[in-house]
Amino acid sequence: MYGGGNVFEATKFDTLQNEDPAKLAEFEARIARGEKIEPTDWMPELYRKQLIRMIEQHAHSEIIGALPEGTWITRAPGFRRKMAQMAKVQDEVGHAQLLYSAAETLGKSREQMLTDLINGKSKYSNVFNYPAFTWADSNIISWLIDAGAIVNQLANAKGSYGPYCRALDRICAEEAFHLKYGHDAVVHMATGSPKQREMIQAALNRWWTPIMHFFGPPDKMSTHTEILMRWKVKMASNDDMRQQFLDMYVPKIWELGLTVPDPNLKKNPETGKWDYTEPDWEEFKRVINGDGPCNAERLAVRRTAEERGAWVRRALLHPKAKYVKPLA
Amino acid sequence: MNEQAIKDLLYKLADDQLILGHRNSEWTGFGPILEEDIAFSSMAQDKIGHSLAFYTLLQEFGEADPDTVAFTRNANQFHSSQLVELPNGEYDFSLIRHFLYDNAEFIRFEMLAQSSYEPIAKVATKLKGEVKYHVLHANTWIKNLGSSTEEAILRLQSSLNEALPYALGMFEKSKYEQELIDTGVYAGEEAVKAEWLKRIQAVIEKTELKLPDLESTAPKYGGRYGDHTEHLQPLLDEMAEVFKIDPTAEW
Repeated sequence: MYGGGNVFEATKFDTLQNEDPAKLAEFEARIARGEKIEPTDWMPELYRKQLIRMIEQHAHSEIIGALPEGTWITRAPGFRRKMAQMAKVQDEVGHAQLLYSAAETLGKSREQMLTDLINGKSKYSNVFNYPAFTWADSNIISWLIDAGAIVNQLANAKGSYGPYCRALDRICAEEAFHLKYGHDAVVHMATGSPKQREMIQAALNRWWTPIMHFFGPPDKMSTHTEILMRWKVKMASNDDMRQQFLDMYVPKIWELGLTVPDPNLKKNPETGKWDYTEPDWEEFKRVINGDGPCNAERLAVRRTAEERGAWVRRALLHPKAKYVKPLA
Repeated sequence: MNEQAIKDLLYKLADDQLILGHRNSEWTGFGPILEEDIAFSSMAQDKIGHSLAFYTLLQEFGEADPDTVAFTRNANQFHSSQLVELPNGEYDFSLIRHFLYDNAEFIRFEMLAQSSYEPIAKVATKLKGEVKYHVLHANTWIKNLGSSTEEAILRLQSSLNEALPYALGMFEKSKYEQELIDTGVYAGEEAVKAEWLKRIQAVIEKTELKLPDLESTAPKYGGRYGDHTEHLQPLLDEMAEVFKIDPTAEW
Protein backbone atom coordinates (compact mmCIF):
# COMPACT_ATOMS: atom_id res chain seq x y z
CA MET A 1 0.00 0.00 0.00
CA TYR A 2 1.55 3.19 -1.04
CA GLY A 3 0.50 6.60 -2.12
CA GLY A 4 1.93 9.66 -3.76
CA GLY A 5 2.43 11.20 -0.35
CA ASN A 6 6.12 10.54 -0.57
CA VAL A 7 8.72 13.21 -0.87
CA PHE A 8 10.95 13.45 -3.88
CA GLU A 9 14.38 14.86 -3.42
CA ALA A 10 14.72 18.32 -4.90
CA THR A 11 16.16 17.70 -8.34
CA LYS A 12 19.40 19.51 -8.93
CA PHE A 13 19.44 20.07 -12.63
CA ASP A 14 23.15 20.80 -12.69
CA THR A 15 23.81 17.15 -11.84
CA LEU A 16 22.58 16.38 -15.32
CA GLN A 17 25.37 18.48 -16.78
CA ASN A 18 27.83 15.74 -15.85
CA GLU A 19 25.94 13.21 -17.94
CA ASP A 20 26.93 12.38 -21.52
CA PRO A 21 24.48 14.49 -23.62
CA ALA A 22 24.22 11.88 -26.38
CA LYS A 23 23.43 9.08 -23.92
CA LEU A 24 20.99 11.30 -22.07
CA ALA A 25 19.18 12.18 -25.30
CA GLU A 26 18.95 8.50 -26.27
CA PHE A 27 17.69 7.62 -22.77
CA GLU A 28 14.96 10.24 -22.96
CA ALA A 29 14.03 9.17 -26.48
CA ARG A 30 13.63 5.57 -25.33
CA ILE A 31 11.32 6.63 -22.52
CA ALA A 32 9.35 8.86 -24.87
CA ARG A 33 8.89 5.84 -27.18
CA GLY A 34 7.45 3.91 -24.24
CA GLU A 35 10.39 1.54 -23.83
CA LYS A 36 11.26 0.17 -20.41
CA ILE A 37 14.64 0.86 -18.84
CA GLU A 38 16.27 -2.32 -17.53
CA PRO A 39 18.88 -2.66 -14.74
CA THR A 40 21.91 -2.98 -17.00
CA ASP A 41 20.86 -0.13 -19.33
CA TRP A 42 22.54 3.23 -19.13
CA MET A 43 20.65 5.72 -16.98
CA PRO A 44 21.42 9.14 -15.51
CA GLU A 45 22.51 9.10 -11.88
CA LEU A 46 19.57 11.31 -10.97
CA TYR A 47 17.13 8.78 -12.42
CA ARG A 48 18.78 5.96 -10.48
CA LYS A 49 18.74 7.98 -7.27
CA GLN A 50 15.11 9.03 -7.54
CA LEU A 51 13.96 5.54 -8.43
CA ILE A 52 15.82 3.95 -5.52
CA ARG A 53 14.24 6.54 -3.29
CA MET A 54 10.76 5.92 -4.61
CA ILE A 55 10.85 2.10 -4.70
CA GLU A 56 12.51 2.00 -1.31
CA GLN A 57 9.83 4.26 0.18
CA HIS A 58 7.22 2.03 -1.37
CA ALA A 59 8.82 -1.12 0.08
CA HIS A 60 9.09 0.48 3.53
CA SER A 61 5.43 1.50 3.30
CA GLU A 62 4.50 -2.13 2.77
CA ILE A 63 6.28 -3.45 5.86
CA ILE A 64 5.33 -0.52 8.06
CA GLY A 65 1.81 -0.72 6.62
CA ALA A 66 1.66 -4.32 7.85
CA LEU A 67 1.83 -3.05 11.44
CA PRO A 68 -1.47 -1.16 11.95
CA GLU A 69 -3.45 -3.94 10.26
CA GLY A 70 -1.23 -6.67 11.68
CA THR A 71 -2.28 -5.76 15.21
CA TRP A 72 -5.82 -6.85 14.26
CA ILE A 73 -4.88 -10.30 12.96
CA THR A 74 -4.96 -11.77 16.45
CA ARG A 75 -8.25 -10.01 17.21
CA ALA A 76 -10.14 -10.49 13.93
CA PRO A 77 -13.70 -11.62 14.70
CA GLY A 78 -14.45 -15.09 13.40
CA PHE A 79 -12.64 -17.56 11.17
CA ARG A 80 -13.52 -15.89 7.91
CA ARG A 81 -12.06 -12.52 8.87
CA LYS A 82 -9.14 -13.98 10.76
CA MET A 83 -7.95 -15.97 7.77
CA ALA A 84 -8.52 -13.14 5.31
CA GLN A 85 -6.78 -10.57 7.52
CA MET A 86 -3.75 -12.86 7.82
CA ALA A 87 -3.59 -13.42 4.09
CA LYS A 88 -4.02 -9.73 3.36
CA VAL A 89 -1.26 -8.55 5.67
CA GLN A 90 0.98 -11.37 4.46
CA ASP A 91 0.51 -10.05 0.93
CA GLU A 92 1.76 -6.64 2.06
CA VAL A 93 4.94 -8.18 3.45
CA GLY A 94 5.30 -10.08 0.19
CA HIS A 95 5.01 -6.80 -1.69
CA ALA A 96 7.87 -5.42 0.38
CA GLN A 97 9.94 -8.44 -0.58
CA LEU A 98 9.23 -7.89 -4.28
CA LEU A 99 9.93 -4.19 -4.06
CA TYR A 100 13.19 -4.49 -2.15
CA SER A 101 14.31 -6.86 -4.89
CA ALA A 102 13.30 -4.33 -7.55
CA ALA A 103 15.22 -1.60 -5.74
CA GLU A 104 18.26 -3.87 -5.34
CA THR A 105 18.56 -4.02 -9.13
CA LEU A 106 19.55 -0.35 -8.91
CA GLY A 107 22.46 -1.08 -6.59
CA LYS A 108 21.25 -0.64 -3.01
CA SER A 109 21.03 -3.72 -0.78
CA ARG A 110 17.93 -4.67 1.21
CA GLU A 111 19.93 -4.61 4.43
CA GLN A 112 21.07 -1.05 3.70
CA MET A 113 17.51 0.05 2.91
CA LEU A 114 16.24 -1.44 6.16
CA THR A 115 19.07 0.23 8.06
CA ASP A 116 18.12 3.58 6.52
CA LEU A 117 14.49 2.96 7.47
CA ILE A 118 15.19 2.34 11.13
CA ASN A 119 17.65 5.21 11.28
CA GLY A 120 14.91 7.50 10.01
CA LYS A 121 16.88 8.35 6.88
CA SER A 122 14.31 7.06 4.45
CA LYS A 123 10.59 7.64 4.59
CA TYR A 124 7.44 5.59 4.16
CA SER A 125 3.83 6.46 3.51
CA ASN A 126 2.72 9.03 6.01
CA VAL A 127 -0.62 7.37 6.53
CA PHE A 128 0.90 4.55 8.61
CA ASN A 129 1.93 7.00 11.29
CA TYR A 130 -1.69 7.01 12.41
CA PRO A 131 -3.06 4.37 14.76
CA ALA A 132 -5.70 1.75 13.97
CA PHE A 133 -7.72 2.14 17.18
CA THR A 134 -10.42 -0.41 16.44
CA TRP A 135 -11.23 -3.30 14.14
CA ALA A 136 -13.18 -0.78 12.06
CA ASP A 137 -10.02 1.29 11.48
CA SER A 138 -8.41 -1.80 10.08
CA ASN A 139 -11.39 -2.26 7.72
CA ILE A 140 -11.15 1.34 6.54
CA ILE A 141 -7.45 0.86 5.83
CA SER A 142 -8.12 -2.36 3.91
CA TRP A 143 -10.73 -0.69 1.79
CA LEU A 144 -9.84 2.95 1.28
CA ILE A 145 -6.09 3.06 1.79
CA ASP A 146 -5.72 0.07 -0.48
CA ALA A 147 -8.04 1.79 -2.94
CA GLY A 148 -5.82 4.86 -2.88
CA ALA A 149 -2.76 2.70 -3.30
CA ILE A 150 -4.27 1.06 -6.36
CA VAL A 151 -4.91 4.45 -7.97
CA ASN A 152 -1.29 5.35 -7.39
CA GLN A 153 0.18 2.00 -8.32
CA LEU A 154 -1.81 1.49 -11.50
CA ALA A 155 -0.41 4.82 -12.66
CA ASN A 156 3.13 3.91 -11.65
CA ALA A 157 2.89 0.51 -13.31
CA LYS A 158 3.03 2.40 -16.62
CA GLY A 159 6.30 4.02 -15.61
CA SER A 160 9.67 3.59 -17.27
CA TYR A 161 11.64 1.27 -15.00
CA GLY A 162 11.05 -2.36 -16.00
CA PRO A 163 11.59 -4.18 -12.67
CA TYR A 164 9.39 -1.72 -10.77
CA CYS A 165 6.60 -1.94 -13.34
CA ARG A 166 6.63 -5.73 -13.28
CA ALA A 167 6.54 -5.77 -9.48
CA LEU A 168 3.62 -3.33 -9.57
CA ASP A 169 1.66 -5.47 -12.00
CA ARG A 170 1.79 -8.36 -9.56
CA ILE A 171 1.11 -6.14 -6.58
CA CYS A 172 -1.95 -4.53 -8.19
CA ALA A 173 -3.46 -7.93 -8.89
CA GLU A 174 -3.28 -8.75 -5.17
CA GLU A 175 -4.41 -5.30 -4.08
CA ALA A 176 -7.56 -5.81 -6.12
CA PHE A 177 -8.44 -8.67 -3.73
CA HIS A 178 -7.64 -6.51 -0.72
CA LEU A 179 -10.02 -3.92 -2.01
CA LYS A 180 -12.81 -6.51 -2.26
CA TYR A 181 -11.99 -7.81 1.20
CA GLY A 182 -11.92 -4.31 2.69
CA HIS A 183 -15.15 -3.34 0.98
CA ASP A 184 -16.87 -6.50 2.13
CA ALA A 185 -15.76 -5.90 5.74
CA VAL A 186 -16.92 -2.27 5.63
CA VAL A 187 -20.28 -3.30 4.13
CA HIS A 188 -20.81 -5.75 7.02
CA MET A 189 -20.04 -3.03 9.53
CA ALA A 190 -22.06 -0.33 7.81
CA THR A 191 -25.11 -2.56 7.47
CA GLY A 192 -24.67 -4.29 10.82
CA SER A 193 -25.70 -3.49 14.37
CA PRO A 194 -25.87 0.12 15.64
CA LYS A 195 -22.58 -0.49 17.44
CA GLN A 196 -20.92 -1.67 14.24
CA ARG A 197 -22.22 1.32 12.29
CA GLU A 198 -20.97 3.66 14.97
CA MET A 199 -17.55 1.99 14.91
CA ILE A 200 -17.14 2.23 11.15
CA GLN A 201 -18.30 5.86 10.95
CA ALA A 202 -15.89 6.85 13.72
CA ALA A 203 -13.07 5.08 11.93
CA LEU A 204 -13.87 6.84 8.65
CA ASN A 205 -13.88 10.17 10.47
CA ARG A 206 -10.46 9.43 11.93
CA TRP A 207 -9.00 8.30 8.63
CA TRP A 208 -10.36 10.97 6.31
CA THR A 209 -7.47 13.40 6.77
CA PRO A 210 -4.80 10.71 6.37
CA ILE A 211 -6.63 9.50 3.24
CA MET A 212 -6.60 12.99 1.74
CA HIS A 213 -2.93 13.30 2.70
CA PHE A 214 -2.22 9.94 1.11
CA PHE A 215 -1.86 11.37 -2.39
CA GLY A 216 0.59 14.03 -1.32
CA PRO A 217 0.52 17.82 -1.21
CA PRO A 218 -1.46 19.78 -3.82
CA ASP A 219 0.32 20.23 -7.14
CA LYS A 220 0.76 23.92 -6.48
CA MET A 221 2.83 23.01 -3.42
CA SER A 222 4.93 20.27 -4.97
CA THR A 223 7.77 21.42 -7.13
CA HIS A 224 10.49 19.66 -9.07
CA THR A 225 8.27 17.01 -10.54
CA GLU A 226 8.45 18.04 -14.21
CA ILE A 227 11.58 16.07 -15.06
CA LEU A 228 10.34 13.10 -13.02
CA MET A 229 7.16 13.05 -15.06
CA ARG A 230 9.11 13.33 -18.32
CA TRP A 231 11.21 10.35 -17.23
CA LYS A 232 8.08 8.50 -16.24
CA VAL A 233 9.19 8.11 -12.65
CA LYS A 234 6.18 9.99 -11.39
CA MET A 235 3.19 9.16 -13.55
CA ALA A 236 0.32 11.29 -12.35
CA SER A 237 0.03 14.47 -10.36
CA ASN A 238 -1.03 14.29 -6.73
CA ASP A 239 -4.20 16.28 -7.39
CA ASP A 240 -5.17 14.12 -10.36
CA MET A 241 -4.83 10.97 -8.29
CA ARG A 242 -6.81 12.48 -5.43
CA GLN A 243 -9.58 13.48 -7.84
CA GLN A 244 -9.63 10.01 -9.36
CA PHE A 245 -9.93 8.45 -5.91
CA LEU A 246 -12.76 10.78 -4.86
CA ASP A 247 -14.57 10.07 -8.09
CA MET A 248 -14.40 6.33 -7.56
CA TYR A 249 -14.98 6.04 -3.82
CA VAL A 250 -17.02 8.93 -2.43
CA PRO A 251 -20.19 7.63 -4.12
CA LYS A 252 -19.48 4.16 -2.69
CA ILE A 253 -19.02 5.62 0.80
CA TRP A 254 -22.29 7.53 0.54
CA GLU A 255 -24.06 4.49 -0.82
CA LEU A 256 -23.37 2.73 2.50
CA GLY A 257 -25.05 5.53 4.41
CA LEU A 258 -21.75 6.75 5.81
CA THR A 259 -20.84 10.41 5.87
CA VAL A 260 -17.55 12.03 4.98
CA PRO A 261 -16.37 14.50 7.59
CA ASP A 262 -15.97 17.38 5.14
CA PRO A 263 -19.03 19.65 4.69
CA ASN A 264 -17.48 21.12 1.55
CA LEU A 265 -17.05 17.84 -0.25
CA LYS A 266 -19.11 17.85 -3.44
CA LYS A 267 -18.66 17.39 -7.11
CA ASN A 268 -18.56 20.75 -8.86
CA PRO A 269 -20.89 20.45 -11.87
CA GLU A 270 -19.02 23.15 -13.74
CA THR A 271 -15.49 21.82 -13.45
CA GLY A 272 -16.49 18.16 -13.11
CA LYS A 273 -14.04 17.99 -10.23
CA TRP A 274 -14.48 17.49 -6.53
CA ASP A 275 -14.39 20.49 -4.26
CA TYR A 276 -13.11 19.74 -0.78
CA THR A 277 -11.57 21.35 2.23
CA GLU A 278 -7.79 21.21 1.97
CA PRO A 279 -6.57 18.89 4.70
CA ASP A 280 -4.07 20.40 7.10
CA TRP A 281 -0.83 20.29 5.13
CA GLU A 282 1.15 21.58 8.08
CA GLU A 283 0.09 18.42 9.90
CA PHE A 284 1.23 16.39 6.89
CA LYS A 285 4.67 18.00 7.04
CA ARG A 286 4.89 17.55 10.77
CA VAL A 287 3.97 13.89 10.58
CA ILE A 288 6.26 13.10 7.67
CA ASN A 289 9.11 14.74 9.55
CA GLY A 290 8.61 12.41 12.47
CA ASP A 291 6.09 14.10 14.71
CA GLY A 292 3.00 11.98 14.07
CA PRO A 293 1.06 9.91 16.58
CA CYS A 294 2.84 6.65 15.74
CA ASN A 295 6.17 7.49 14.03
CA ALA A 296 8.27 6.59 17.04
CA GLU A 297 6.29 3.43 17.78
CA ARG A 298 6.43 2.17 14.17
CA LEU A 299 10.16 2.63 13.91
CA ALA A 300 10.74 1.18 17.36
CA VAL A 301 8.85 -1.96 16.39
CA ARG A 302 10.81 -2.27 13.18
CA ARG A 303 14.09 -1.63 14.97
CA THR A 304 13.30 -4.27 17.56
CA ALA A 305 12.41 -6.77 14.85
CA GLU A 306 15.70 -6.05 13.07
CA GLU A 307 17.75 -6.34 16.24
CA ARG A 308 16.04 -9.48 17.47
CA GLY A 309 16.48 -11.11 14.08
CA ALA A 310 20.10 -10.07 13.55
CA TRP A 311 21.49 -13.37 14.86
CA VAL A 312 19.46 -15.26 12.24
CA ARG A 313 20.88 -13.17 9.42
CA ARG A 314 24.40 -13.55 10.81
CA ALA A 315 23.91 -17.31 11.02
CA LEU A 316 22.66 -17.51 7.45
CA LEU A 317 25.79 -15.74 6.23
CA HIS A 318 28.07 -17.99 8.25
CA PRO A 319 30.32 -20.20 6.11
CA LYS A 320 29.45 -23.21 8.30
CA ALA A 321 25.74 -22.81 7.60
CA LYS A 322 24.85 -25.78 5.46
CA TYR A 323 22.97 -25.11 2.32
CA VAL A 324 19.94 -27.30 2.65
CA LYS A 325 17.95 -28.00 -0.43
CA PRO A 326 14.60 -26.55 0.60
CA LEU A 327 12.56 -29.55 -0.45
CA ALA A 328 15.04 -32.24 0.60
CA MET B 1 -18.42 -45.97 17.80
CA ASN B 2 -18.05 -43.88 20.94
CA GLU B 3 -19.00 -40.36 20.03
CA GLN B 4 -17.26 -38.87 23.08
CA ALA B 5 -13.99 -40.50 22.09
CA ILE B 6 -14.10 -39.04 18.60
CA LYS B 7 -15.12 -35.62 19.83
CA ASP B 8 -12.23 -35.64 22.26
CA LEU B 9 -9.84 -36.50 19.43
CA LEU B 10 -11.27 -33.79 17.17
CA TYR B 11 -11.03 -31.14 19.88
CA LYS B 12 -7.40 -32.04 20.51
CA LEU B 13 -6.55 -31.72 16.82
CA ALA B 14 -8.55 -28.55 16.26
CA ASP B 15 -7.40 -26.72 19.39
CA ASP B 16 -3.71 -27.47 18.79
CA GLN B 17 -3.88 -26.15 15.24
CA LEU B 18 -5.90 -23.07 16.19
CA ILE B 19 -3.63 -22.00 19.03
CA LEU B 20 -0.37 -22.61 17.21
CA GLY B 21 -1.79 -20.97 14.09
CA HIS B 22 -2.64 -17.95 16.21
CA ARG B 23 0.88 -17.85 17.65
CA ASN B 24 2.43 -18.20 14.19
CA SER B 25 0.37 -15.27 12.96
CA GLU B 26 1.93 -13.09 15.64
CA TRP B 27 5.15 -13.18 13.62
CA THR B 28 3.59 -11.10 10.84
CA GLY B 29 5.62 -7.92 10.63
CA PHE B 30 8.26 -9.09 13.11
CA GLY B 31 10.21 -11.88 11.43
CA PRO B 32 14.02 -11.96 11.34
CA ILE B 33 13.81 -11.80 7.55
CA LEU B 34 10.80 -11.00 5.39
CA GLU B 35 10.73 -14.53 4.03
CA GLU B 36 10.13 -15.88 7.52
CA ASP B 37 7.31 -13.41 8.19
CA ILE B 38 5.70 -14.78 5.08
CA ALA B 39 6.40 -18.43 5.90
CA PHE B 40 5.00 -18.21 9.42
CA SER B 41 1.94 -16.45 8.06
CA SER B 42 1.39 -19.20 5.49
CA MET B 43 1.62 -21.85 8.16
CA ALA B 44 -0.72 -19.84 10.39
CA GLN B 45 -3.30 -19.69 7.62
CA ASP B 46 -3.00 -23.43 6.98
CA LYS B 47 -3.27 -24.33 10.65
CA ILE B 48 -6.24 -22.13 11.34
CA GLY B 49 -7.86 -23.54 8.21
CA HIS B 50 -7.23 -27.06 9.56
CA SER B 51 -8.77 -26.18 12.90
CA LEU B 52 -11.83 -24.90 11.06
CA ALA B 53 -12.10 -28.22 9.21
CA PHE B 54 -12.05 -30.15 12.50
CA TYR B 55 -14.48 -27.79 14.24
CA THR B 56 -16.77 -28.25 11.26
CA LEU B 57 -16.68 -32.02 11.83
CA LEU B 58 -17.48 -31.40 15.48
CA GLN B 59 -20.53 -29.42 14.47
CA GLU B 60 -21.85 -32.58 12.86
CA PHE B 61 -21.77 -34.12 16.33
CA GLY B 62 -24.02 -31.38 17.59
CA GLU B 63 -21.35 -29.02 18.88
CA ALA B 64 -21.84 -25.27 18.32
CA ASP B 65 -20.69 -23.61 15.09
CA PRO B 66 -16.92 -23.17 14.63
CA ASP B 67 -16.88 -19.43 15.42
CA THR B 68 -18.71 -19.94 18.70
CA VAL B 69 -16.54 -22.90 19.66
CA ALA B 70 -13.27 -21.15 18.83
CA PHE B 71 -14.09 -17.65 20.03
CA THR B 72 -16.15 -18.13 23.17
CA ARG B 73 -14.66 -21.01 25.16
CA ASN B 74 -12.43 -20.42 28.16
CA ALA B 75 -8.93 -21.83 28.58
CA ASN B 76 -10.08 -24.73 30.76
CA GLN B 77 -12.29 -25.93 27.90
CA PHE B 78 -9.37 -26.17 25.48
CA HIS B 79 -7.76 -29.55 24.69
CA SER B 80 -4.58 -28.15 23.18
CA SER B 81 -1.18 -29.11 24.54
CA GLN B 82 0.65 -26.55 26.62
CA LEU B 83 3.40 -26.44 24.00
CA VAL B 84 1.31 -24.46 21.51
CA GLU B 85 0.14 -21.78 23.92
CA LEU B 86 3.59 -20.69 25.09
CA PRO B 87 4.50 -17.22 23.87
CA ASN B 88 6.57 -17.01 20.68
CA GLY B 89 9.65 -15.77 22.49
CA GLU B 90 12.60 -15.21 20.21
CA TYR B 91 12.78 -16.74 16.76
CA ASP B 92 14.86 -19.67 18.08
CA PHE B 93 12.06 -20.74 20.40
CA SER B 94 9.37 -20.37 17.73
CA LEU B 95 11.47 -22.37 15.29
CA ILE B 96 12.20 -25.18 17.76
CA ARG B 97 8.54 -25.41 18.76
CA HIS B 98 7.53 -25.46 15.10
CA PHE B 99 10.04 -28.27 14.48
CA LEU B 100 8.93 -30.37 17.46
CA TYR B 101 5.24 -29.78 16.89
CA ASP B 102 4.94 -30.16 13.14
CA ASN B 103 6.97 -33.35 12.96
CA ALA B 104 4.46 -34.87 15.39
CA GLU B 105 1.48 -33.30 13.66
CA PHE B 106 2.49 -34.73 10.31
CA ILE B 107 2.70 -38.23 11.78
CA ARG B 108 -0.74 -37.74 13.35
CA PHE B 109 -2.16 -36.71 9.98
CA GLU B 110 -0.48 -39.65 8.23
CA MET B 111 -2.02 -42.03 10.77
CA LEU B 112 -5.41 -40.35 10.71
CA ALA B 113 -5.49 -40.63 6.93
CA GLN B 114 -5.83 -44.39 7.64
CA SER B 115 -8.52 -43.88 10.26
CA SER B 116 -11.51 -46.21 10.34
CA TYR B 117 -13.63 -43.12 10.98
CA GLU B 118 -14.05 -41.89 7.45
CA PRO B 119 -14.76 -38.18 7.95
CA ILE B 120 -11.46 -37.77 9.82
CA ALA B 121 -9.60 -39.88 7.29
CA LYS B 122 -10.89 -37.69 4.48
CA VAL B 123 -9.89 -34.43 6.14
CA ALA B 124 -6.48 -35.77 7.19
CA THR B 125 -5.76 -37.06 3.68
CA LYS B 126 -6.61 -33.70 2.23
CA LEU B 127 -4.64 -31.63 4.73
CA LYS B 128 -1.53 -33.69 5.34
CA GLY B 129 0.00 -32.38 2.12
CA GLU B 130 0.07 -28.93 3.73
CA VAL B 131 1.58 -30.13 7.00
CA LYS B 132 4.28 -31.87 4.96
CA TYR B 133 5.50 -28.44 3.86
CA HIS B 134 5.50 -27.20 7.43
CA VAL B 135 7.80 -30.09 8.31
CA LEU B 136 10.05 -29.38 5.35
CA HIS B 137 10.26 -25.75 6.40
CA ALA B 138 11.12 -26.61 10.00
CA ASN B 139 13.67 -29.29 9.14
CA THR B 140 15.37 -27.08 6.56
CA TRP B 141 15.85 -24.26 9.04
CA ILE B 142 16.94 -26.50 11.90
CA LYS B 143 19.57 -28.13 9.68
CA ASN B 144 20.69 -24.78 8.39
CA LEU B 145 20.90 -22.79 11.62
CA GLY B 146 21.77 -25.80 13.75
CA SER B 147 25.20 -25.97 12.18
CA SER B 148 26.01 -22.31 11.73
CA THR B 149 27.26 -19.79 14.28
CA GLU B 150 27.98 -20.62 17.90
CA GLU B 151 25.38 -18.01 18.84
CA ALA B 152 22.68 -19.70 16.77
CA ILE B 153 23.55 -23.16 18.06
CA LEU B 154 23.48 -22.00 21.69
CA ARG B 155 20.17 -20.28 21.21
CA LEU B 156 18.58 -23.29 19.52
CA GLN B 157 19.97 -25.69 22.09
CA SER B 158 18.62 -23.62 24.94
CA SER B 159 15.19 -23.42 23.31
CA LEU B 160 15.24 -27.14 22.61
CA ASN B 161 15.94 -27.84 26.29
CA GLU B 162 13.15 -25.50 27.29
CA ALA B 163 10.56 -26.78 24.80
CA LEU B 164 11.16 -30.51 25.09
CA PRO B 165 9.13 -31.16 28.28
CA TYR B 166 6.20 -29.33 26.69
CA ALA B 167 6.70 -31.22 23.42
CA LEU B 168 6.50 -34.51 25.33
CA GLY B 169 3.29 -33.17 26.84
CA MET B 170 1.73 -33.34 23.36
CA PHE B 171 1.58 -37.12 23.76
CA GLU B 172 -0.60 -37.05 26.84
CA LYS B 173 -3.12 -39.84 26.41
CA SER B 174 -6.82 -39.30 26.09
CA LYS B 175 -9.09 -41.15 28.48
CA TYR B 176 -10.47 -42.88 25.39
CA GLU B 177 -7.01 -43.85 24.11
CA GLN B 178 -7.43 -47.62 24.13
CA GLU B 179 -10.87 -47.45 22.62
CA LEU B 180 -9.65 -45.26 19.74
CA ILE B 181 -6.84 -47.72 19.09
CA ASP B 182 -9.07 -50.79 19.32
CA THR B 183 -11.60 -49.38 16.89
CA GLY B 184 -8.92 -48.29 14.43
CA VAL B 185 -9.84 -44.63 14.65
CA TYR B 186 -6.41 -43.49 15.77
CA ALA B 187 -3.12 -45.28 16.29
CA GLY B 188 -2.62 -43.57 19.64
CA GLU B 189 -0.09 -41.24 21.22
CA GLU B 190 2.54 -43.90 22.01
CA ALA B 191 2.76 -44.78 18.34
CA VAL B 192 3.00 -41.14 17.29
CA LYS B 193 5.67 -40.46 19.88
CA ALA B 194 7.85 -43.42 18.85
CA GLU B 195 7.84 -42.39 15.21
CA TRP B 196 8.32 -38.73 16.15
CA LEU B 197 11.47 -39.51 18.11
CA LYS B 198 12.98 -41.29 15.14
CA ARG B 199 12.24 -38.42 12.81
CA ILE B 200 13.42 -35.58 14.99
CA GLN B 201 16.56 -37.47 15.95
CA ALA B 202 17.39 -37.95 12.27
CA VAL B 203 17.29 -34.19 11.77
CA ILE B 204 19.09 -33.27 14.98
CA GLU B 205 21.91 -35.66 14.12
CA LYS B 206 22.67 -33.55 11.08
CA THR B 207 23.29 -30.52 13.28
CA GLU B 208 25.44 -29.59 16.24
CA LEU B 209 22.43 -29.74 18.54
CA LYS B 210 21.87 -32.44 21.14
CA LEU B 211 18.56 -33.94 22.14
CA PRO B 212 18.36 -33.82 25.95
CA ASP B 213 18.04 -37.09 27.79
CA LEU B 214 14.43 -38.14 27.52
CA GLU B 215 14.49 -40.40 30.55
CA SER B 216 15.19 -37.47 32.83
CA THR B 217 12.74 -35.11 31.11
CA ALA B 218 9.35 -34.95 32.77
CA PRO B 219 6.58 -34.23 30.25
CA LYS B 220 4.35 -31.21 30.89
CA TYR B 221 0.96 -32.83 30.87
CA GLY B 222 -2.45 -31.34 31.56
CA GLY B 223 -3.31 -29.47 28.38
CA ARG B 224 -5.46 -32.26 26.96
CA TYR B 225 -7.60 -32.08 30.11
CA GLY B 226 -8.00 -28.30 30.22
CA ASP B 227 -5.09 -27.59 32.53
CA HIS B 228 -3.11 -24.77 30.93
CA THR B 229 -0.31 -22.33 31.61
CA GLU B 230 -1.11 -18.71 32.41
CA HIS B 231 -0.53 -17.88 28.74
CA LEU B 232 -3.64 -19.40 27.17
CA GLN B 233 -6.43 -17.28 28.67
CA PRO B 234 -4.88 -13.93 27.62
CA LEU B 235 -4.43 -15.32 24.10
CA LEU B 236 -8.11 -16.31 24.01
CA ASP B 237 -9.21 -12.96 25.42
CA GLU B 238 -7.29 -11.18 22.69
CA MET B 239 -8.67 -13.48 20.01
CA ALA B 240 -12.25 -12.81 21.10
CA GLU B 241 -11.89 -9.09 21.80
CA VAL B 242 -13.86 -7.94 18.76
CA PHE B 243 -16.05 -11.03 18.42
CA LYS B 244 -17.39 -10.54 21.95
CA ILE B 245 -18.41 -6.93 21.30
CA ASP B 246 -21.45 -8.56 19.73
CA PRO B 247 -21.33 -12.35 19.27
CA THR B 248 -24.58 -12.29 17.32
CA ALA B 249 -23.34 -9.71 14.82
CA GLU B 250 -22.00 -10.58 11.42
CA TRP B 251 -18.54 -9.17 11.09
